[in-house]
Amino acid sequence: MWENIKEFASTFFVTGDPLIYGADVAIVLTSIAIVFVLTYFKKWTWLWREWITTVDHKKIGIMYLIASLLMLFRGGVDALLMRTQLALPNMKFLQADHYNAVFTTHGTIMILFMAMPLMFALFNLVVPLQLGARDVAYPFLNSLSFWLFLMGAMLFNLSFVIGGSPDAGWLSYPPLSELSHSPGVGQNFYIWGIQISGIGSLATGINFLVTILKMRAPGMKMMKMPLFSWSVLSSSIMIIFAFPILTVTLALLFLDRFLGAHFFTMDLGGNPMLYVNLIWMWGHPEVYIVVIPAFGIFSEVVATFSKKKIFGYKSMVFSMMLISIVSFFTWAHHFFTMGSSANVNVFFAISTMVIGIPTGVKVFNWLFTMFRGRITISQPMLWTLGFIPCFVVGGATGVMLAVAPADYQYHNSYFLIAHFHQVLIGGVVFGYLAGMYYWWPKVFGFKLDDRLGKWAFWMWNIGFYVCFMPQYALGFMGMTRRLYTYGSDTGWDLGWAPLNLVSTVGAFLMGIGFIFQVWQISYSIRKGERDLTGDPWGGRTLEWSIPSPAPMYNFAVEPHVTTDDAWWKVKEDRAKGIKPAPVKLEPIHMPKNSAIPFIMSVFWFIAGFGFVFDWMWMAIPGLVGVAGCMLARSFSYDTDYYIPVDEIERTEAALRGRTV
Amino acid sequence: MKSKRTGWKLLTILVLSYAVIIAVSVALGWDKFIVLDPKGPVAEVQQKLIILTGLICMAVVIPVIVLMVYIVWKYRDTPDNDAPYQPEWNDSKLLETIWWGIPILIIIVLSIFTARDTYKLAKPPVTDSNPITIQVTSLDWKWLFQYPDQKIATVNYVQIPAGVPIRFQLTSDAPMNSFWIPQLGGQEYSMPGMAMQLWLQADKPGKYFGSGANFSGRDFAHMQFEVESKPQAEFNEWVKEVKASSPELTKEGYTQLAKPSTAKQEFFSSYPDELYTEIVDKNGGIYMKHSDGLNSGSYNGSTRP
Repeated sequence: MWENIKEFASTFFVTGDPLIYGADVAIVLTSIAIVFVLTYFKKWTWLWREWITTVDHKKIGIMYLIASLLMLFRGGVDALLMRTQLALPNMKFLQADHYNAVFTTHGTIMILFMAMPLMFALFNLVVPLQLGARDVAYPFLNSLSFWLFLMGAMLFNLSFVIGGSPDAGWLSYPPLSELSHSPGVGQNFYIWGIQISGIGSLATGINFLVTILKMRAPGMKMMKMPLFSWSVLSSSIMIIFAFPILTVTLALLFLDRFLGAHFFTMDLGGNPMLYVNLIWMWGHPEVYIVVIPAFGIFSEVVATFSKKKIFGYKSMVFSMMLISIVSFFTWAHHFFTMGSSANVNVFFAISTMVIGIPTGVKVFNWLFTMFRGRITISQPMLWTLGFIPCFVVGGATGVMLAVAPADYQYHNSYFLIAHFHQVLIGGVVFGYLAGMYYWWPKVFGFKLDDRLGKWAFWMWNIGFYVCFMPQYALGFMGMTRRLYTYGSDTGWDLGWAPLNLVSTVGAFLMGIGFIFQVWQISYSIRKGERDLTGDPWGGRTLEWSIPSPAPMYNFAVEPHVTTDDAWWKVKEDRAKGIKPAPVKLEPIHMPKNSAIPFIMSVFWFIAGFGFVFDWMWMAIPGLVGVAGCMLARSFSYDTDYYIPVDEIERTEAALRGRTV
Repeated sequence: MKSKRTGWKLLTILVLSYAVIIAVSVALGWDKFIVLDPKGPVAEVQQKLIILTGLICMAVVIPVIVLMVYIVWKYRDTPDNDAPYQPEWNDSKLLETIWWGIPILIIIVLSIFTARDTYKLAKPPVTDSNPITIQVTSLDWKWLFQYPDQKIATVNYVQIPAGVPIRFQLTSDAPMNSFWIPQLGGQEYSMPGMAMQLWLQADKPGKYFGSGANFSGRDFAHMQFEVESKPQAEFNEWVKEVKASSPELTKEGYTQLAKPSTAKQEFFSSYPDELYTEIVDKNGGIYMKHSDGLNSGSYNGSTRP
């Protein structure tokens, strides 16, 4: 009996590496600390009532934000581990297996568990406020989306200490990811972690599409809608078309591994190329899914801090929608070298370069928004100005990669690595950070400290160039991605060492930048400049018309919109002395909190964990629990309530009272 | 004000020292940029295309960045800034036509070059000399080369005659990999159950670095091989020598070789007949016969035997 338990534990828990034991200890200690703090300060009910069961889009947004920053930390530590291993030739810091797991989790976490939730955080925190709405279209579904994401992310992260991490690359190409070459449970964690959070992502896409189409304030025609909301619309449409492909692809891979099907093995007539095509049919739109909202953020920030209307609004809308369509016709550029015919390669090369056109147009429109404006370099603007050169260079190297015959030399090399980090860090991360700094006072009621923020910005920005510019050069030196070691140990010394060392230094500079941000946030919670006006930046759109942080019902009175930049117009009218028509408060219809999303997601987690280990005794009850939650929801009719007028009056008086 | 100036100084020092480090490493290792140092016609076409497209892209990038710096400086929000301020100016058909037009023109130019070279490289680089075929198999974690005309085989080393087009047939008896010899030309995937085709050629004798470029598991980092190009006569001599002095690769020997491990360079005087076809077929090539099958179309291999 004891022997059996010992044997089980040795495969169940990951063993053998001091880093893992360190993580074990850290996880246990953190869990104990959290439980202790919650119990000591009697916060369990508060946590349950105010956060776990909430359907308020603002609170869900905050939870997304916290989770994604934690994941940024985890993915960042992965990156630093890799850069440490590659700092010098023949380094013995990480074993091959460990390195392979680290780059796999780094990629997966950064895209699916960092960029996506950070994006959803901003969707949630901003879109309903920008539209003049009281919540998203489906608040219950919104909460479910968040908990599914979190459970999926936790399941994926658990693989670090239990069972073993996936190590077949962030897109897990078969046959490497098949049972034949990856017999461990790592790939199962990959499949189920992504599947569970993927359902949440799809639901979020649907939720925001409907929110934008149906929940806009009266008078806000589509062409009067702020550009960030347009970008969310574009992104949501892509999510709705792309994520089902991911779900199906991973489901087929699961069937291969679980039932011995042969969708993606050449034996018995399957084909791994099918997987590669499918995963990129999701994967390519995915990078536009995450970058388009960043474009929306920049459009808001540039207009606000240039004190000027956005230049070429119609062009901006048109180019975003164009990108969202064309992005579905470029996937094969990820494998020009897979032996397609010349015709196929030419088609995908050109379709890829075509994306450069609307993207270039957006850059010019941002520049000409600043032209003849009055530019204040606040923190959001700083990140925007850091973004433009970075993204322009990254876009240019993207066009170079699209040139199919040349791609035969770039493919799988560090040139490619440098390119996509440049557009994903320079575009997505800088963009979301600009958005975070911009809307932070709206969400939390105080600004983030300027001085620490500048340090963070310069560390990130300089670190970025120090880290990734050498990698373009390394690509030309023939260095391929995913090498855990290089140098004389492998029999070849190709002079990669100096640039790798420089690159590692850059990575650590970015790490220091992140530390400055943590410092900045914790410092500003105590000492940051409080926002008493609700409109700290001189904003143009509706979210700045209400107090910060917004009351739970957002708008005491539904705003009526007559023009774009709706809040700017109100301010102009006020300056001219035009008084707004008196309004009468009415009871506000709100959704009730619900525990079902959380409970259902926990059941998904249980089912997922069961599938990972092939434990049907666990997976089946988990799925039954999921079905039970759906039934319970179907039969619950008491899901909404009204906030009475006198309570609104009291809340508003308290909020406006201090807004002077 | 003072702290601001210190910040700028610090930044300048950082940028300059970074530029110096990069300049020095590039100067010390210029010959290490093997992708930009082609030794054969395929790599040469690609190198020219890389440089051409790189220059076109720089011609766009640099003006945009300069324009941004100029605009941000000129329209900064200071009390004494007398540059024009037009908060309502947000539309200009002329300007928008220009910046929709310029990228469209650039993309058209790039597309023409892309198409030209894609079709060019789909054929053997030189047609006046007889090509030789080398069959390449990526294994866990080594490369096997078979010479169907010479009937010899090698591991992690491939010798080719200079000035002769080589038709590499690529497959895998392990997870997918990618066969890359930067100085001779771009890479192509080697996939189980499929036989891909990649034309390469070395103009002059020399030694070149080759590697697996697509991650294939634990010891992927050790999948590097040596390519040596020799004058035809010396190549023939080498083949004879291998035939005379090396052991045979038996079926049993191949099974051992295919097991997951790293390997040094090895040479075999012969190999089992049809070994390559068997490798392709047993990995599922048998199911591909009805469509593409053996010698399927590929990047520069739409020519099927």
